[in-house]
Amino acid sequence: MPSYSFVLNGKPVTVEAPADMPLLWVLRDLLNVTGPKYGCGVGVCRACTSHLDGGEIQPCVVPVADCAGRRVTTIEGLADGDTLHPVQQAWLDCDVAQCGFCQPGQIMAAVALLKKTPRPTDAAIDRIENVCRCGTYSRIREAIKKASADG
Amino acid sequence: MARQLSRRKFVVYSLAASTLTVAAPLGCDPSTAEGIEPTAADRRRPSDVLVTGTDEEMLVLEVTAANKVVVRLPRVEVGQGVTTAVAMMIAEELDARLVDVDIPLAEARTKGNQYTGGSNSVSSLYGPARQLAATARAKLVTAAARRWHVPARSLRTRDTRVIAPDGRSATFGSLTASAARIHRPSVSSRPKPASRHRVIGRPTTRIDARDIVTGKATYAGDLTVAGAKPTVVARPPTLGGTVVSVDDRAARAMPGVHAVVKVAGGVAVVADSFHHAFKARDALRITWAPGPLASLSDAAIRSRLRAAVPRLGTAPRGSAQTEGEFEFAFVSHAPMEVLTAVADVRPGRAEIWFSSQTPMDARDSIAAAVGLPTSKVRVHVMRGGGSFGRRLNYDAAIEAALISKAARRPVKLMWSRADDIRHGRMRPASHHRIRASHARGRVVAFAHSMASVSEAYPESGATAQGGVTPAVARAANPLPSDSGLYNFGRLSGNSGSVELAIPLGAWRSVDSGTMRTAEEIVVDEVARSLGRDPVAFRRTTLRNKSVKAVLDKVATTGHWGRPLPAGQAQGVAVHEEYGSCVACLVEVNATDPKNPRVTRAVVAADVGTAVNPRGLEAQLMGTVIDGISTVLQAGLHIDRGTVRESSYADFHYARQRHAPLHFEVHLIPSRREPGGAGELGVPAAAGAVANAYARATGTKPRRFPLTF
Ligand code: FES
Ligand code: FES
Repeated sequence: MPSYSFVLNGKPVTVEAPADMPLLWVLRDLLNVTGPKYGCGVGVCRACTSHLDGGEIQPCVVPVADCAGRRVTTIEGLADGDTLHPVQQAWLDCDVAQCGFCQPGQIMAAVALLKKTPRPTDAAIDRIENVCRCGTYSRIREAIKKASADG
Repeated sequence: MARQLSRRKFVVYSLAASTLTVAAPLGCDPSTAEGIEPTAADRRRPSDVLVTGTDEEMLVLEVTAANKVVVRLPRVEVGQGVTTAVAMMIAEELDARLVDVDIPLAEARTKGNQYTGGSNSVSSLYGPARQLAATARAKLVTAAARRWHVPARSLRTRDTRVIAPDGRSATFGSLTASAARIHRPSVSSRPKPASRHRVIGRPTTRIDARDIVTGKATYAGDLTVAGAKPTVVARPPTLGGTVVSVDDRAARAMPGVHAVVKVAGGVAVVADSFHHAFKARDALRITWAPGPLASLSDAAIRSRLRAAVPRLGTAPRGSAQTEGEFEFAFVSHAPMEVLTAVADVRPGRAEIWFSSQTPMDARDSIAAAVGLPTSKVRVHVMRGGGSFGRRLNYDAAIEAALISKAARRPVKLMWSRADDIRHGRMRPASHHRIRASHARGRVVAFAHSMASVSEAYPESGATAQGGVTPAVARAANPLPSDSGLYNFGRLSGNSGSVELAIPLGAWRSVDSGTMRTAEEIVVDEVARSLGRDPVAFRRTTLRNKSVKAVLDKVATTGHWGRPLPAGQAQGVAVHEEYGSCVACLVEVNATDPKNPRVTRAVVAADVGTAVNPRGLEAQLMGTVIDGISTVLQAGLHIDRGTVRESSYADFHYARQRHAPLHFEVHLIPSRREPGGAGELGVPAAAGAVANAYARATGTKPRRFPLTF
C-alpha cells in the first residue's frame, strides 16, 4: 500500500492508503479527525469543507494522493489553542449553529471566502453553496459580516 | 418506591446517594404539565420523600463533588436546542452558572416518557425541571446553614455557590454530600415566580456552541466504540426492490473487506473504512427484482390522490364559491447527518448507538429483530445532525443490529446520501380540495377535503424496517385545520388515503405543513374575491386575540402594504398550534417567475414563556427556510417506482442564495406556560411565501413545489 505524508493541522502525518482514497475517509477513518462531516460524498453539500494549502476543498472528492507534501487544515486546526479563530468566535457570538452538523464546513468555507474577499458583499455570500438543512443562513450571513467587520 | 400523592405531577424525590441527587417524575401527557404556580396542596406536602431506585421515568439531577450539576435528559438533541433550554431552567432555579450545568442524553429506558416530538419537550419539562432544581437549591442552602450555624433564610445562592451575609461562600460541590442527607430543607423549595427570572427569558447561546464550532461535537458516525467497522448497504434502484442473486466474489476479494451479508434492504459490506466499503459495494454484482411500485410514477400517484379526495358537501344555498385544488409532492427529510448507527450485537446482549426520538420503541423493535430480551439491549441516544421527524423511525438501527448479528462483529452503518433520499422516508404527497362559501361579504362555510399517501405493505412484516409512525399517525378528523382559526361559519372536511408501499415519515409540522398552507392560500383568495386586503380580512375574521396580535405585529414591523416594484410582492399567513401562534410576512422578488427569491421575512410568535428567545428565533428561522424550500423548490419525483433525486444537487433544499437577505423575529412577551415552537412556523412561512408569489406573479399557486 502506498504511503502519503502531509501536514495536518500543523503536524506532519503519514498514512498508508490507496491512492484514490478520498481525503475525507483518510481523515475520519484512518486518523480519527472527525470534524469534517460526510453529507453526500459527491462534492455537493460541502459539509466536509476543509483547506488544502489554505484554499477551500471538499475532502470527499479529493484523493489522498493529491494531498502529498501539502498542508491540510480541518476545523480542528482553526483555533490557536484555546483562542478561537475570529470566524469561530463570530459563529459563537451570533449563535449560528442548530444541529451543528454543517457548521464545520460552513466555518471553513467562510474562512476561505474572507481570505479572498475580506469585505464580502451579499452577492458574494450568496455564492456559498454549503447546505444547512436547519436553515441557519441568516445567522451565517450575520456572522460572516461580523467576522469581516472585526477584521 | 415510596411516593407522596399529589394532584401535581411535580413531586420531587431524593435518591439515596452520597451526592445530592433528586428526581422528578415526568408525565407522559404534556397537558398535565400545567399550572406550576404553587397551590395549597403544594405547600402542604413535604417536597421530598427518600426513595431508592433507578432513574427510570424520572428527570434526575445530581450535584457532583466537582461542582457540576448533571441532568440526564430523556429527550434527544437534534438541533432544536432542548439541552440548552433545560440547562437554563436548571440554572435559573439553582442559581448555578450555565457552564456548570451538563445535560447528557439518557439512554433508552423501560418506563416513562422518552419521546421527542410534537413540539412538546419544553412544555413537558418546564414544570418538573424547575421544581427539581428548586428542591436541590433548598437542600444546598440548608446544608450550608447547618455548616455555618446561621439561619438558612439569611443565605443567598449565586454562580453555583451558597453565600453567607458575612461573605463566606461554598460551592455546591463542597456541600453536595451534606445536602444529600437533608430531608426537610428549612427554606422554600418552590420555583421562583416568573418576575424573578434572570436566566429564563434571556437570549442565550447554545450550551454546545463551542463544541460545534471547534468540531468536537460528537455524532454517531464520529464514535470509535467497540471497534465498529464502517458499513454500507447496496440498495435496489426501485423502492422496495429485492435481491434475486448476488455475486460477491469480486467484492470479498478486495482489500479491507471484512464481511458481505444480505439484509432485507439489500447487501451490506463491512470494511476497514467507508472508502473500502463503498468500493466493495460498487463491485457487488446484484440482480434486483423491481419493487412493488415499479410501474408507478408521479402522474398516476397524483391522479389516484385526486380520486381519493372525498367529495365536498353541498355549499350553502345562495352563496358564492372560492375554490382551489392543491397538490404537494413528496419531500425528503434529508437531515444533514445521514442515518448512522453503531451496533454491537453479541450472542447474549446488544448495544446500539444512534440518534433517536423514540429510543424506547427502538429498543423493543431491535430486541425483537435480533431475538434478544429487551433487558439485554442497550440503546445509547446520540445527538443528531438534524431530524425534522426522520429520527422518529429507527430503520437504520434495526438494520445495523441485523448486520452486526449476521457479520458477528460490531458495525458502524451509514446510509449514503443517495440511500437517504432514494429510500425514504418522506413527507407523504397529498391533494387538497378547499371551498370557501361566501355571502354578503362574509364566509359562511369552509370545507376542506384531502387525501394523502399512506404507507402500507402487501405482506405483513415489512414494517420491521423501522416501523410506521404510530405516535404521529394522522387522525382521520377533524378537518379543516384543528384550530378553527377563523370565523368561517360552518366548517367541514374529510380525508382519504392512497395506500402505497413507500417509506413515509412525519415531517416537521406534519399535516399542518400542507393542510394549513393550502388553507392560508384560500384565505388570501377569498379576501381578493371579496375585494378585501389580506391582512385586514384576516383581522376581522380571526377568532383568537393572540393570533390577531402576531398578525398586527408582522404587518406593522414588516411595513405591510409598502410599495414594491413590479414582479415583487408581500405575502402573509398565520398559524396556531401547540398552544402557540405565529404570523409570517415575506417579500418575494419573482421578476423571474422561474427563479423567485424571498428577500425579506418577518415573523411574530406568541409561544407563552420563551425559555430561550435566541433558540426560539433559530427555530422560527429554520421553519421559514422549510417554508421557502417546500413551496418553491424542494421535492421528490417518483419515476417508475424510483425516487429521481439522489442528493442536494437535485433535491433543492434552500441554499444561502434562496434565504432572505433580511430576517427578523418578534416575540410577544408572555408569562404563560411555554407552548410548542419547534414546528410552529412551517405553515405560516409556507403560506406567506405562496401568497407573496401569487401576488407578485398574478398566478394561483396550486402545485408544490412551484419550480420542480
Ligand atoms: S460530503 Fe463532501 S461535499 Fe458533501
Ligand atoms: S446547523 Fe444543522 S445543518 Fe446546519
